[in-house]
Amino acid sequence: MQVSITVNGQQRTDEVEPRLLLAHYLRETCGLTATNIGCDSTSCGACTVVVDGLSVKSCTVLAAQADGAQVTTLEGLAGSDGELHPVQAAFRAEHGLQCGFCTSGMVMAAIGVLADNPDPTDREVREGLEGNLCRCTGYHNIVRAVRTAAQAGPAAGQVPQAQEVVQ
Amino acid sequence: MSILGTRVVRTEDPLFLTRGAVYTDDLTDERLTGALHVTFVRSQVAHGRILSVDTSAALEAPGVVAVVTATDLTDLAPIPAGFPFVDKAVIRPWLASDVVRFVGELIAVVLTEDRYQGEDAAEMVVVDIDPLPAVVGTQAAARDEVLLFPDVGTNVYAAFGEPAPEDFFAGCEVVVSQRIVNQRVAPVPLETRAAAAVWGEDGRVTIWCSNQGAQAAKMEIASWLGLDPSLVHLITPAVGGGFGAKIGADPEFALIAQVAKIVGRPVRWSESRSENLVGMLHGRAQDQVVTIGGRRDGTVEAYSLVVDQDAGAYPRLGVVLPTLTMLMAGGVYAFAKVHAQARVLGTNTTSIGAYRGAGRPEATAAVERAVDLFAAELGMDPADVRRKNVIPAFDSPHTTSMGATYDTGNYAAALDKALEAAGYADLRAEQARRREAGDVRQLGIGLSVYVEITGAGGEAGAASENATVEVHPDGTATVLTGTSPHGQGHATAWAMIASDQLGIPLEKITVLHGDTDLIPRGGGTMGSRSLQQGGAAVHQAAGELVELAKKRAAEKLEANPEDLVVDQGLAGLAVRGTPGVGITFAELAADEQLLVQTTFSANGPTFPFGAHVVVVEVDVESGKTEVVRLIAVDDAGTILNPLLADGQRHGGFAQGVAQALLEEVLYDSDGNPTTSTLADYPFISATELPSFELVEMATPTPMNPLGAKGIGEAGTIGSTPATQNAVIDAVAHLGVRHIDMPTTPMRVFRAIQQAQQGGN
Ligand code: FES
Ligand code: FES
Repeated sequence: MQVSITVNGQQRTDEVEPRLLLAHYLRETCGLTATNIGCDSTSCGACTVVVDGLSVKSCTVLAAQADGAQVTTLEGLAGSDGELHPVQAAFRAEHGLQCGFCTSGMVMAAIGVLADNPDPTDREVREGLEGNLCRCTGYHNIVRAVRTAAQAGPAAGQVPQAQEVVQ
Repeated sequence: MSILGTRVVRTEDPLFLTRGAVYTDDLTDERLTGALHVTFVRSQVAHGRILSVDTSAALEAPGVVAVVTATDLTDLAPIPAGFPFVDKAVIRPWLASDVVRFVGELIAVVLTEDRYQGEDAAEMVVVDIDPLPAVVGTQAAARDEVLLFPDVGTNVYAAFGEPAPEDFFAGCEVVVSQRIVNQRVAPVPLETRAAAAVWGEDGRVTIWCSNQGAQAAKMEIASWLGLDPSLVHLITPAVGGGFGAKIGADPEFALIAQVAKIVGRPVRWSESRSENLVGMLHGRAQDQVVTIGGRRDGTVEAYSLVVDQDAGAYPRLGVVLPTLTMLMAGGVYAFAKVHAQARVLGTNTTSIGAYRGAGRPEATAAVERAVDLFAAELGMDPADVRRKNVIPAFDSPHTTSMGATYDTGNYAAALDKALEAAGYADLRAEQARRREAGDVRQLGIGLSVYVEITGAGGEAGAASENATVEVHPDGTATVLTGTSPHGQGHATAWAMIASDQLGIPLEKITVLHGDTDLIPRGGGTMGSRSLQQGGAAVHQAAGELVELAKKRAAEKLEANPEDLVVDQGLAGLAVRGTPGVGITFAELAADEQLLVQTTFSANGPTFPFGAHVVVVEVDVESGKTEVVRLIAVDDAGTILNPLLADGQRHGGFAQGVAQALLEEVLYDSDGNPTTSTLADYPFISATELPSFELVEMATPTPMNPLGAKGIGEAGTIGSTPATQNAVIDAVAHLGVRHIDMPTTPMRVFRAIQQAQQGGN
């Protein structure tokens, strides 16, 4: 079947199998491999992307279901001049990543958390990221990074094209 | 000012944060164009005799190019046990055709044009297995009623040490004994295992795989496949966490290479999480008996640790883990007598390997629990009992009765720092208040003081590692290392070390690793060895490069080499006392290649130490625990980059708390895993942890010029027993003496009930 999806601001049309997961569509059809797959039970959040302003686990959505949608992945966050999104910048400043495998999903989920709650407490960040697993950081610096990003204001909770992100 | 010791943010992060690192499954290497996807057919039965493997339906399925079974691999010798002390009859088939020995054992390999076709076709391979009784747990294994290898005659794969003499505890006023389970856990790096392989026309195979040391993985694969090592080129792409479980090679990686040869096309594989949870090595899995005896004043006189290590079905690193547990049995204590003994038993479960700490957390958990049991028996404060028994501060080597030579240590100071930061007296007062008031949420305060061994192994088994530093004519530099970062930040850390000596800015230094053609030797990243050996090798290489540059510059500048000094601003050499007269390393490199390759050999392993205090609240009605504080002193000698070192500590704490409170791999009595998805395996999440309180302490080691000890595993080693002790402490006043890990609400609840019915 054919799907037409706007990925990181670029509209594209692809022939896909009806059962193709959005995660695999992004990774294999679009070649956007920042989105990772860490489980087969909707548990880890490594695959989190933003679909029409909502942060979503892309392993739970079919590419077909995203037909007509706007999808933003990690690759779509930084400005064309390379300027990091506030959440990306905060993850770097606070050492919120080690092996990096959870990072794409963590960053996309964090944007969702901040969209929902622009100035969360530690506890609120932890609760907001409960569905995103990290084995390396113990979450300590991820929580700090999200709180640091919050200081950047509303931009931290948005993806480019000024889409509002809702958890 | 030197860059060393400062909080430098990682140079690798911009790529990780904008495009993502390139892990094995992300590879778009042109050599892999048209690669077939591999799907393994694995045993669903823990122990049984294979009656038939029928691939006919699968072969007809869409996209299937081949289905490989044992009959296609007859020219490969089976995988040997790999340890000289394990019976030679303990061998592992590449693909089972006779007996299966664990759920997850490999039976067939399905090769398809795409990923989804492989999942469909694998389900169509019909495997008929006549089940045998399964051996689950070390007690069942030790009975030897059902044998994994009947020819061997026993399930005991190895035994270390002797029983304690009968009079070992004679004369002790108090003796306490406890059976302790250090449960089986799953490492769960977020990236599962993945591999790809292609054979070149030159007869060489290129293998990409997720691992913790390309050189060792290559040697293992070459030996398994009977290939001359020169025919194997192994590349380690970005690796999404390892935690010990990616040490060496897994049979799957070699099989990927073998099937690529059979089908004559490139192939690739990445496993699902449910496959990973049965196929990748598990960790820990020790059943222990501790006995501790001493005087009523709190002096411990004798301590014994007896370990039954579950090896799983086939021998992997788990077979030697108890030797590390035994070596570190006495921990930080000056006990007059220490005894340790271990057996290693085969069971019908996933094999056991290294997991963050690998043998040492098990030692610390045992002794720290034992000390608490002893303190509880005497009615003494566990901090006082620890203070009374720790080895006094030392700065020259201290050899323990188990034969470990600790480099430097000050355990009492670490404990005092942790207690002070925690506000120990206030915590005890608050605990007393809640006990008095009969609060539902009781406070528990858990302590641990630990020492561990790091950098015990290395390149070719010795405490050594190589490094190459080259400065290029354009002023950039390249560092080649035999270590294998997978989150630790070597690209930044090694560049800091080189930059410190050469004055070349970080952003101009590229650190390369994990390609066996480029870097033929290397010990990889494991056992908290990287900085103290690999980092020290970079330090040595950069130093030697300066010396080489001085010789060459002396001629050009018509100066004595001894009069030349590194000019950081210049990124070159200047004549002492003559500012402005000098030459850059880049200029020297333009004349003649400026490269040094060197091997650093450490004087020996190092012994980082520390003390953790964990504060929990336990709801005595539900048994539920909340970790409210974790205060940690982790002394890893001189710190190169506190940002990175703290990150290692944080991750370690989380894994320790996870083992103490939540995580356990479970099997039913037939050997079926019941925790083989992340929906069933209780991987610790952000909500189950507090933010951590880190206390600094740095006692340098003389074992390397950086003064650095390992920091990768310390956090786990300290936090596991501190958390377990805290949970037990929270309910100790109700008569509870011990609760095994994970201290789940159900276990805590039952322990309280049993204690109140008069037994525990
Ligand atoms: S891969 Fe989507 S939640 Fe784990
Ligand atoms: S950084 Fe490795 S899993 Fe999060």
